Amino acid sequence: MAEIRFSGFGGQGIIRLGLITGKAISLYDNKNATMTQSFGPEARGSACSSQLVVSEDRVLYPYITKPDIIIAMSQEAYDKYEPNLQDDGILIIDNDLVKSRPARAKIKMYFIQATRIAEELGNRIIGNLVMLGFFTAVTKIVSPDAMKKALPGLVPDRFLELNIKGFDRGYEYGLKVLKKKK
Amino acid sequence: MKTDPKGVLTGSHYMDGDFAIAEGGLAAGCRFFGGYPITPSTETAERFSERIPKVGGIFIQMEDELGAMASLIGAVWGGRKAMTVTSGPGFSLIMENLGLAAMMEIPVVVANVQRGGPSTGLPTLPGQQDMMQARWGSHGDYEIIALSPDSPQECFDLTIEAFNLSEIYRVPTLLMTDECIGHMHEKVIIPPAEEIEVVERKWYKGPKDKYMPYKPDKDGIPFMVKAGDGYRFHTTGLTHDYRGYPEINAEWQDQNVRHLVDKINNNADKIIKIEEDKTDNAEVVVISYGITSRVAIKAVQEARRNGVKVGNIRLITVWPFPEKRIRELADKIKAFVVPEINYGQIVLEVERCAAGKAPVIKVSHLGGGVHNPDDILRLIMEAAK
Repeated sequence: MAEIRFSGFGGQGIIRLGLITGKAISLYDNKNATMTQSFGPEARGSACSSQLVVSEDRVLYPYITKPDIIIAMSQEAYDKYEPNLQDDGILIIDNDLVKSRPARAKIKMYFIQATRIAEELGNRIIGNLVMLGFFTAVTKIVSPDAMKKALPGLVPDRFLELNIKGFDRGYEYGLKVLKKKK
Repeated sequence: MKTDPKGVLTGSHYMDGDFAIAEGGLAAGCRFFGGYPITPSTETAERFSERIPKVGGIFIQMEDELGAMASLIGAVWGGRKAMTVTSGPGFSLIMENLGLAAMMEIPVVVANVQRGGPSTGLPTLPGQQDMMQARWGSHGDYEIIALSPDSPQECFDLTIEAFNLSEIYRVPTLLMTDECIGHMHEKVIIPPAEEIEVVERKWYKGPKDKYMPYKPDKDGIPFMVKAGDGYRFHTTGLTHDYRGYPEINAEWQDQNVRHLVDKINNNADKIIKIEEDKTDNAEVVVISYGITSRVAIKAVQEARRNGVKVGNIRLITVWPFPEKRIRELADKIKAFVVPEINYGQIVLEVERCAAGKAPVIKVSHLGGGVHNPDDILRLIMEAAK
């Protein structure tokens, strides 16, 4: 079982990250994934997040309590959510957007300039997908195939290819980072 | 009969409860939606507005929930299956014409994605505070049927079930879910159309001049016709005779009210669905419904690890209430524990049925979230002492 929080600011596609991952896990990786999300003004500008509880068995308690994985794509989200991360959790950060403190306890930190890479690929709008690829590689909680299968219907058809390109770039970078860490 | 495949989006989906309600309605053959958007039920209306025109149905955004409910009554007399969705203050406005639908014996489905109340309360956060209002929120004596799904999958399944029950008993049927399930995404499997059983309206086929909209058939339920098909009949909120014409006296009032109440209560055994787990030989039985029933399982599991013989009951049907089963259990067990997201509503029904034979302990969460399973566990452990 794992609890995941995707966080950033409204408009970055943070809710989308939860949707894609939840769909991938529950439809194509045959596990259970329950997604909840923030509603109200916070979903439209300030710190915004989507939460995913992943389990082999049925998810009974729908919300996350103390996440195992946090993805932070804004400073506000990092400041707000990092203190609640498990002591041996995984923290994934867009380090162009977030100035982070050194890792506390046994937390593993992974950095990617997701938004900048997306800009290099031609559209910053896919920064979330670069992040998603990176997340997939470093956490291994979901298979990259499942993630790509989950994309149609959740990203606009005409941008599907670009989104996959972003995902792949993030994924490859994640593998590289993992290798280096070893 | 099998449903019309046009409305059925067969396949595996990752979907929230609100969308699943809409898909359930479409799969059940709902071809009219009249509503007024209100958080956290708006997504159901949005989904209908997008999907229903493509399957030959009609979506109307009405001026308010009074109008919405009235539009459903018209649509049903016009021959359609019809539903609406609402929440919070909208549910209060629904009540006026829900009473009219009960009196006119209109098969119709109302989904309530409950948020915290009273009044505007907590638009974006869950509650289970409308459970009593669901039963008797409109004035006068009547009964309805109310179902409570525990997941997006059940939002789909039970919306179909709600339509079927509403047609069998000619009664408004309520789907009482909450913001947590409404906005929660999970896997939803929509089966092929040929696997979805739906109940057709109980159409009258006799001679045109003999039709009586309120004369009970052998099974107690009167026949329906479609307005405009040449049947002359009357329908009204006033107390009426078999033809539907007003009869303002105690005799017909007695007939009307008994009929509205008895057609549900006399069939309660057929209507009621509950899920039981290890209730035989249980010392303590937990009773819950909707999202709370999932959280309660965590507490039940932990209590069992602590050696307590605890049974679990999930109410899929909340109204009519499973009185018989609760009475049976009350004779055998030490106590009931009833967690719900309100200050104590269904717990009162459990108490009534337990009739002093077993104590009934409520675990209240007043809305805006779900229970901490530890709070339920603590009271299970106390009850077992």
